[in-house]
Order: sequence, then C-alpha cells, then structure tokens
Amino acid sequence: MNALVPLVVLVPLLSAAGALVFGRRPRLQQLITVGALGAVLVLSAVMLGIVDNDGPLAMSVGGWTAPFGIALVVDRLSALLLMVSAIVLLGVLLFSVGQGLADGDEETPVSIYYPTYLVLSAGVFNAFIAGDLFNLYVGFEILLVASYVLITLGGTEQRIRAGITYIVVSLLSSLLFLASIAMIYGATGTVNLAQISLRMQEVPEDLRIVLHVMLLVAFGIKAAVFPLAFWLPDSYPTAPAPVTAVFAGLLTKVGVYAIIRTETLLFPLPELNTALMVVALFTLVVGILGAVAQVDIKRMLSFTLISHIGYMVLGVALGTAAGMSAAIFYIVHHIVVQTTLFLSAGLIERHGGSTSINRLGGLLKSAPVIAVLFFVPMLNLGGIPPFSGFIGKLALFDASAREGSALAYVFMGVGAAVSLLTLYALARVWNLAFWRRSEEVEDYDSTITALLRSAPEMGSPREQRRIPRLMTVATTSMVAVSVALTVLAGPLYAFADRAGQNITGPGTYIDSVLGPGTSAEADASVDSVNGSAP
Amino acid sequence: MMPLVLVALMVVLYSAGIYLMLERSMTRVLLGFLLAGNATNLLIFLMSDGFGAAPLLGDDGSAPAVMSDPLPQAFILTAIVITFGVSAFLMALIYRSWRLGKVDIVQDDLDDIEIAKQSSAIAETSIEEVDTSDTEFADDVQARALQEELGAVHRSLDADAAAMTDEIHGSDAAYPGSPSDATSVEAAADGATADHDGHRDEDPRDDSTEGDAR
Repeated sequence: MNALVPLVVLVPLLSAAGALVFGRRPRLQQLITVGALGAVLVLSAVMLGIVDNDGPLAMSVGGWTAPFGIALVVDRLSALLLMVSAIVLLGVLLFSVGQGLADGDEETPVSIYYPTYLVLSAGVFNAFIAGDLFNLYVGFEILLVASYVLITLGGTEQRIRAGITYIVVSLLSSLLFLASIAMIYGATGTVNLAQISLRMQEVPEDLRIVLHVMLLVAFGIKAAVFPLAFWLPDSYPTAPAPVTAVFAGLLTKVGVYAIIRTETLLFPLPELNTALMVVALFTLVVGILGAVAQVDIKRMLSFTLISHIGYMVLGVALGTAAGMSAAIFYIVHHIVVQTTLFLSAGLIERHGGSTSINRLGGLLKSAPVIAVLFFVPMLNLGGIPPFSGFIGKLALFDASAREGSALAYVFMGVGAAVSLLTLYALARVWNLAFWRRSEEVEDYDSTITALLRSAPEMGSPREQRRIPRLMTVATTSMVAVSVALTVLAGPLYAFADRAGQNITGPGTYIDSVLGPGTSAEADASVDSVNGSAP
Repeated sequence: MMPLVLVALMVVLYSAGIYLMLERSMTRVLLGFLLAGNATNLLIFLMSDGFGAAPLLGDDGSAPAVMSDPLPQAFILTAIVITFGVSAFLMALIYRSWRLGKVDIVQDDLDDIEIAKQSSAIAETSIEEVDTSDTEFADDVQARALQEELGAVHRSLDADAAAMTDEIHGSDAAYPGSPSDATSVEAAADGATADHDGHRDEDPRDDSTEGDAR
C-alpha cells in the first residue's frame, strides 16, 4: 500500500505534462486536469482509510532506506489535508472551467492555466507527504513557482505590480528556509524529519532556538502570520477569482502545516510556545482590524484570512493534544470556507460588475442564489452555531481553557471578539450588497457607511456578465462541502482528535519512518522534560 | 575546518544581496536575489565536511574519510536549478513591467494608500512621497513623468499603446520643472492627465483620486 504515496504527486505532475502537450485542445486539457485531481481525491480517500486503521504509511523513494533515501510519509494529519485539498482543488477547478468557457478565455492564456494549476496541486501534495526537510522545500518551491505564474496570469499591469511584491517576499522566505535547512544539516547531519527529531535533542539549547526561530520565520511568511503577513492583502485580490480562492484556501495552510510539523516533530519542546501565542494573538487582532477598514470584498476576505490564521497558530502554540486537534479541525474548516467565500465573491463580481460594497446593491432580489451561496459560508466563518466555524472555535477555546495559562484566557476573549468582528465585516457586505435596494446605492446614508463614504472605489468597474451554470454548481458544491463538515463534525472531529494525539509526541512518526522501537528512548526523554505529553 | 575565505565570501554576498533586495528597482532586487541565493549555496556547502575531496570515490572500498559529503552538493545543485528558473521568470516579469509602464521599480499598493488616507492620523504627505531616486532611469525625465502619470491613471488598464505615446508627448510639453522637485512633478502629472479627458472619462474613479491629490 506504500506504493500509493508517491502517486499523489506523480499523477498531477504527469498530467500537467500531458495537459501542456494538448495545449491547443482546451476540452482535452480540462478532461485531463479534472481526471488527475479526481484520481488524487480517490487516492487520498483510500489512504485516509488505510492510515486511520493501520497507522502511518512510509515510503522510501528509490528503495534507499529511510535515513539515507528520501522518505515520503502519510500520517493521519497528512491524509486528512491531502483529501481536503483535493476536494478544494477540484471544486475551484470546476469553477474556473465554467469561467473559462464563459469568457471565451480572452483574458487568460488558457493553454498554460491547467498545467500550472496541476503543478501547483503537485507542489501542495508534495509538501503534505514530505518526510524530508529538503523535499518539503522542493514541494514549497513547486507550488510557489506555479503560484507566481498564476498570480501574474494575463500579465496586466495591476497583476504584475501585485505579483512582484508576492514573488519577492516568497523568494526571501524560500532563501531563509534554505538557509535554515543548511544550518539544521550542519547541526544534525541529516534532513530526514524523523532523524532530525531524534538528534535535535542533543543539540545545545541556544543553537536549537536559533534554528527553531529561523524555520518559524520562513514558514511564518508563507502562512501569513503577523508581522509577516503584509504581502497577502496586497497581492491576492488582484488575481483571477478562482486563483485567489485556491491561494487563500490552500497556500497559507501549507505554511501552517509546516509550522505544525516544526512544533511537533522537529522542536517538540515548548520553548517558543509563549512567543507563538503572542504572535497568534496579534495576527488575530491586526488582521481583523484590517478587514473592518476594507471596502472591497476580496481585500476584506484577504484580511479575515490573515486574522483566522491566528486561530490555527494558537491551537498549535498551546502544545497540547487537544490544541493540536482543534487546530487541525480548524484548518480543515477554514480551507473549505475561505475558498467558498472567495468563489462567492467571484460570482458577486461577475453579477454586480464590482467587488466594492459602495457600488453593489440589490443583489438579494436580482441574484437570490448568490445570496444563499454567500450567506451560508459567511455565517460559517463568523462562527455562528451550529456551523463548523463555531465547532472549531469552541474546540480551540476548550483546549485553551484546559491549558489554563493567563495567555490562553486572553486568547478566549480576543478570539470571541475577533469572531464577532469577522461577522461584523461580513454582515456589512451582506447589508450593503444584498439587502440594500439597488436604487439606494447613490447617496446612501447610514451609520454603517459613515466611515466608508469617503473611501475610494476599488478595482475597475466591469460590465455585468452572465454567470454560467458550472460556476454556480461549483460554488454550490463547495457550500455543500462546508455544510457537510458541520453535519459530519462528529466523526471528523474524532478523526482530528486521533490525528492530534498522533502528532503530539514525535514517537509515532519516527517509528513509522525509521522502524518500530526507534523512538522508545527518545520518547522517554521527551516525556520527562515535557510532562504534559501523553 | 571551515575555510575562512568562503565564510567571508558568504558574509559579503549576503550583505550585498540583502542591501540590493531592499532597493525599489526590480533589476537590483533580482541581482540581490542572485547574490543572496549564491550566499545560501555557499552556506550549504560550508555545512559539509572534507573540503576539496571528491564527493564519491566509487565502491572500491575507499574510506569515507577521504570523501567529501555529497549531500550538500546535491542540495546546492537543486537550489541552483530552482534559482535559475525563478530568475528567468523574474526577468520576464521585469521586461513585461517595463513594456507596460516603462517602470522597473516596485510600486506601492494604491488601494492601501487610499484606505490609509482616510485616517487623519497619517499625514497625506508622508504617503504621497515615493522615493524613486534609485530607479535605473532616475535621470530619464520622460520615464519619470510617465510614471507619475501612471500613478494618477493607475486604473486605466485598457490604455492602448497609442494613448501611451500621446501622453508622453503631452507630459513633455507640460514639464519644464526639475524632476527632483516633488510639487512640480505632481503639477505636471496633473496637467498631463488633464490633457486626456476623453480617455479618462471612461473611469469615474480617477476623477475622485484626482480631487484628493489636489
């Protein structure tokens, strides 16, 4: 069954090559792309079942055994994230197929869109299954280079401007990541995650903290954690709607995934947990305050994205199994909901010709379907019961109450306030764009617009365009997935809980890569220092 | 034993690279990225052992002690390939930016500035002034005028090439002042954009921006 592991990267990569060959035949390209991502979805579902029953799958590429060869590892966390990202990638793909067909592809050079999209998927999947720090770097580079192409798609002036900021910041974080790999290799003599975990305990504490901080800064830039998140709202909103949706849903979460691995596997000691909690609190507050000031829906959503990264980082920073489980559940919830909201924003932009809430109005009457497709994920992100956003936040608050430090209680207050502000920012969009009558848009006077009246109109106005059925169907199915996360929250949370237990001690991971019993000694020493680990 | 020369070289490359990456000119950012990338490659190399020896001596039983560590060299090869690909992409991007707007500097996020302007806490002048003195074309008055103009008509993405050339001539005429004088640059840019009312009427937003700027 180990042979399944590399397929999740190979299938999209080979299909990308195939799609590039058939650049002149868009229909065939779409078929290849949908087929490849569908295959990955099936593969990841199968692996999810296997991993949950029989423990992690570890594969040594080329038959070189673990510490020497490149290890690919799928444990519960990886399997869950693989499956959720496959679902999201497939949903967004259908959306972009619908959009491409409707626009006659005059805006995007379609022959490279699908191959690049597949390469991006391969990079994301590769990062999730990497059992090797350098392979993780390669996964990041694959997805980043594909994202450079996607964010500057079409090469308009605005996208080039935003793309340059994004690319330079990403390059810097990649350099930092590479430098930390070099230093970690110098300190431990290996890049295998499991072996680093064993040897890192012998590294002197001061050096270990330097390595830890370097890795966290590199991943923090990718995950858009305060104060390293400034690039995100600048660059994401300018890209085409499906590209923004998939970036917002997945790319930052890959960074969060890397942070989880860093905290649980490479540096399991709670040295930096307090610092990480403070950073997470600032991410929450600064992100949401940015969102409240925005007039443009896409920019506002980008800021809420930054803010909600804070929830996940905080769950990780708690350092307990409960915190980890809550963070994993929240990641799954957030990937789906944030993507869905960006897709709805794409529909709003098409229907209303703008994403500025100063210009939109009367959408509830003219587009009731879009209204529903925006309303459900809006309540979900805002944390209204019984949606998965509420369950995720409740689990995080529960985990922090059990951890019981003063900062954890501060987080519960701040987290609740941020949740309310998220709802405020989104409900303002709802009030203005959907509830306001379209003839009221001129000279509209109300307390909610008091601050916004002088605000500039964002984005160039576009003509209203017909929305093809496939775009609505894709968005609807993403909304259905987000509702399914709520309906199936019981089993899903139980799974996230097992995944959290799995990764709280590095033992399970090390044993699955380096052979059973390897971690017994290491586990004992970690437990003696870190008493809270089960 | 690390060769000190290589360590010193790495330090110099890093400092020069990071200094260049802090510039606004995109060509310099690219050069800075190349220097910092090579510094990182050196760092990886310095983490290996057995400098000067061959990485692999075959399977004739030669002692690993006389081999140098092959793994960092494999990392460096991968890193070089990635850096190469990314630099090629960046150069294409810089060229595209130059074709579109005759600028090769990293530009500000205008939407962000507009939102910041709403807050009275931030003085308008502090965000208005954009230091472009480090662009490759600092002495090129024409490019500068056009760039100011582009800031004003930023939204008019559909401006075709013919309109562009028109604007260059227009700004030439209305541009007697020295380029380092910020107020005259702004005035000239206003004058230049006013020449093209026919074009700007398509975009009502620019009128409001224009009003704010004055």
